[in-house]
Amino acid sequence: MSTLHTVNKSPFERSNLDSCLGHVVAGDSIILIEDAVYAALSGTSVTARMADAAKQFRICVLGPDLQARGMDTGAVIDGITVVDYGGFVDLAAESRVVNAWL
Amino acid sequence: MEEENESGVVKKFMYVNRKAPYGTIYALEVLEMVLISAAFDQDVHMAFLDDGVYEIKKGHTPKGVGMKNFSPTYRALEGYDIEKLYVEKESLEERGLTEDDLLVPVEVMSRADLAKLMSEMDVVLTA
Repeated sequence: MSTLHTVNKSPFERSNLDSCLGHVVAGDSIILIEDAVYAALSGTSVTARMADAAKQFRICVLGPDLQARGMDTGAVIDGITVVDYGGFVDLAAESRVVNAWL
Repeated sequence: MEEENESGVVKKFMYVNRKAPYGTIYALEVLEMVLISAAFDQDVHMAFLDDGVYEIKKGHTPKGVGMKNFSPTYRALEGYDIEKLYVEKESLEERGLTEDDLLVPVEVMSRADLAKLMSEMDVVLTA
């Protein structure tokens, strides 16, 4: 009975990720895709918030979108899991609802 | 001030890049505009700020998402005499990036200095 939240906007440009984090409940998962993958990286002004959220919820990031943008998967915040397209499908299949924070 | 060349007036153009690459088409479209203005021998400046700094991050590999890697075009700009590239220091820092992460030579400047430079332009196009 869980929800998979997908976020695809940069946390530096839009408030989608903030809104999502404000509406996630226990047992939900979040996957960062497209321009939202920048939120998964260490050393940024949103890292602390994401590291904190990763302690409460399962947070994943789509690997091919990181690679497209030249971002090193090794720089992903501890507690955030890198998944491929198959992993994305598994997350969606495991969840009762998918909520896309467009 | 505007100068003349043999084909007409030369204006100071600044293209302000604010968008991350691949998620939207803006970055690619600005590059197209820049190349067109270079063909008209204009005094072209490019600024990268906010998420625009991600456009010139090294190592783009968009094969896995089925898109074309357009980042080599930034390195080709030099061949069109477009060498005035400016990156905002604060934007890099917020994103945990440094000048070493960028694929082209740029001048890193403060937000205040970039604002001043922007105010000296004849035409500013932001996307």
